[in-house]
Amino acid sequence: MYELKKLSRVYPKGRGKVAALSGVDLVIPDGEFITVQGLTGHGKTTFLLMLGALDKPTSGKIIFDGKDLGAMPESQLVDVRAQNFGFIFQNYNLLPTLTAEENVEAALVPLGIPTAERRARSIAALTEVGLGDRAGHFPSEMSGGEQQRVAIARALVKEPKVILADEPTGNLDEVTSLEIVALMEKLWKERGMTLVLVTHDTKVARRAPRTAVINKGKLTMRDNRAPKVTTPGPAKPPV
Amino acid sequence: MYFRYLGRELRRRARSAALVAIGLALGVGLVITVTSYAAGVKAAQGQVLSSLYGVGTDLTVTKPATAGTGGGFRFSGTPSSSAQAGQSFAQDHLTSAAGLTTISDSDVTSVSKLKGVAGATGALVLNSVHITGTFTGFGGFGAGASATPTPTPTPTATPTPTASASPSASAGSGFGISTFSVDGIDPTEPGLGLLSGPNIASGASAVDQWFTDVQSSNASDQTLALVSSAYAKQNSLKAGSTVSISGTSFTVLGVVSVTESDGADIYISLGEAQSLTGDTNDVNTIYVTADTSNAISTVQTEIQKALPSVTVTSASDEASNISGSLSTASNLANSLGLGLSIAVLLAAFVLAVLLTIASVTRRVREFGTLKAIGWHSRRIVGQVMGETLVQGIIGGAVGIGLGVLGAFLVTKLSGPLTATVGATGLGSSTPAGFSGGGFGGGGGGGFFGGASPGAFSSARPGFAHTFTASNHSVTLHMTAPLSLEVFGVAVGLAILGAIIAGAIGGWRAARLQPAVALRRVE
Repeated sequence: MYELKKLSRVYPKGRGKVAALSGVDLVIPDGEFITVQGLTGHGKTTFLLMLGALDKPTSGKIIFDGKDLGAMPESQLVDVRAQNFGFIFQNYNLLPTLTAEENVEAALVPLGIPTAERRARSIAALTEVGLGDRAGHFPSEMSGGEQQRVAIARALVKEPKVILADEPTGNLDEVTSLEIVALMEKLWKERGMTLVLVTHDTKVARRAPRTAVINKGKLTMRDNRAPKVTTPGPAKPPV
Repeated sequence: MYFRYLGRELRRRARSAALVAIGLALGVGLVITVTSYAAGVKAAQGQVLSSLYGVGTDLTVTKPATAGTGGGFRFSGTPSSSAQAGQSFAQDHLTSAAGLTTISDSDVTSVSKLKGVAGATGALVLNSVHITGTFTGFGGFGAGASATPTPTPTPTATPTPTASASPSASAGSGFGISTFSVDGIDPTEPGLGLLSGPNIASGASAVDQWFTDVQSSNASDQTLALVSSAYAKQNSLKAGSTVSISGTSFTVLGVVSVTESDGADIYISLGEAQSLTGDTNDVNTIYVTADTSNAISTVQTEIQKALPSVTVTSASDEASNISGSLSTASNLANSLGLGLSIAVLLAAFVLAVLLTIASVTRRVREFGTLKAIGWHSRRIVGQVMGETLVQGIIGGAVGIGLGVLGAFLVTKLSGPLTATVGATGLGSSTPAGFSGGGFGGGGGGGFFGGASPGAFSSARPGFAHTFTASNHSVTLHMTAPLSLEVFGVAVGLAILGAIIAGAIGGWRAARLQPAVALRRVE
């Protein structure tokens, strides 16, 4: 569970400063699926990086499972990331020199899991995202959708508590985007993990029960299950 | 995983990796070539120096004679009475080597107690001149230039071809002159000086026996001598033969050959040499060995400080007297070659560092992603260092090949080298072996200038070398010897360069904030 208390993140910009996040208060219970929306440069990615312990707040607190991530040194944060968070990036961020299976396996390396088990789990994760037969392929030999599936497998393979996805469909066509979102929803439901998904796509955003809307660093929550919402309700399995 | 990732990453950046490896290979190759070349030059210098300097001696202490002192002996060809006319004569003169004056025995002890001195031994380096002839008439030996009885020099010792003065050098006179060199060796110090183990080319057992016998209290053993192989051959001497030095008979114990060109013709005990010259408790040369090669210059300074009036000569002093193409080669190896090696190595290091940093910069997203999925910085640093290390190893291996090729080409393509050693320094006693009036003085005055102050200052052993060869040239064939140590050092340098590059690149990667890294690619 996340508890964000008066969370702020200020970046220096030129001679001045820019508040990417300003006084954010939020609680994200375990197993919730929330989406994050906002204009470009308004703090969505900063918010996600904070949740993933990849950035530290300028002020305020971000508490994950009772631990103040902002107060922890990088040497401990890296272990928190290794054990608890799975990241999915817009550009997939696969290592070009590694095969699909090896990219997935890379997420298990810091956990000290034996090689044989790492490989078995990686193949299983790839099979789960529908790429069991592409394990030996390199990213350059795959389509964007396939690469994103590999990235999803990499995020899932260590069975994290939280999946953090930064515009995972940003580089994909509409059909593929829907497939990816559907896959993520399916996995969220099956595994009961927390899913935080940043997206520009309102249709995608409304598939979550709640959406965090960030505007100039300020965060407001929108309840997608309210009656006025015309889009399908939250957590509804894709067609 | 580690090696798969490493190998594929290197293949992906093959061009950049090859550039780093080639840079390091060039540096390593040059280091090996220059080092082997320098080793060849050093070996060549060693060959030259070995003819001047003893392996068992690091420093030689002598005391130069001051002007107007020392000198040689005077010989007058004038019979003391008319009754001597027509009579034959023979005279022996045993004197200190030219240019040298005596040093007190106590100075040897002083030197041996100096810091850094492993051992010191005194020696008397002497020259014996034996003159035989016949008085031709009262009033001047050789006067009138008619009396020419055949001189019968015994023994006709001419250790070097031009060492003996020809009787015909003096107008009409009949005489014979021969010289031979004598070294008085301290029998209590077998490990030092001319007859120390490393200096013995042949006859080591005879030398050992001589040291043992002479150290004994048996009086007859005190007159045992060793003779050089060249001298023995010229005079048909062998073990058991007898040689006469200044009227004293010595029994030849054996024949010995030393590696030094300034070895003596006859070696006797220091005590006997001192008795013969009357220089009891004096020596004229001190051979010194230092504790370590590093201490030589310090010891040299210390001796000079303790005994200001002496001359202390070291092997490096001899090296400084070497000229010719060997010297040029040495300078080339030491200055240009070393400088070039350092420059290329530095350039390779800088290239490796820059390319590694560039690689890390290009892989910001990759490292940011790895940090995001939980890779520790040390694992990422290890990955970067592993990649540069492989480049270093490849560079080192290729560099060895280039170095071997370079050394081969040096050996094949370089012509013979010549080295000219100046007359100064050890074993090159003052070239003016003659002093005073003059050898073969003016006609009428007679032999050695008659009663004139003509003086013959005998040179030290091998004085012919001194007289006739003020410069000594040696021709050598250049080699470029290789050794495992050189390979090890060279590859070590390549790996060091790789580690430096990897450490710097890894440090940059480790400092990378994952948020910044991931943002940079947005």
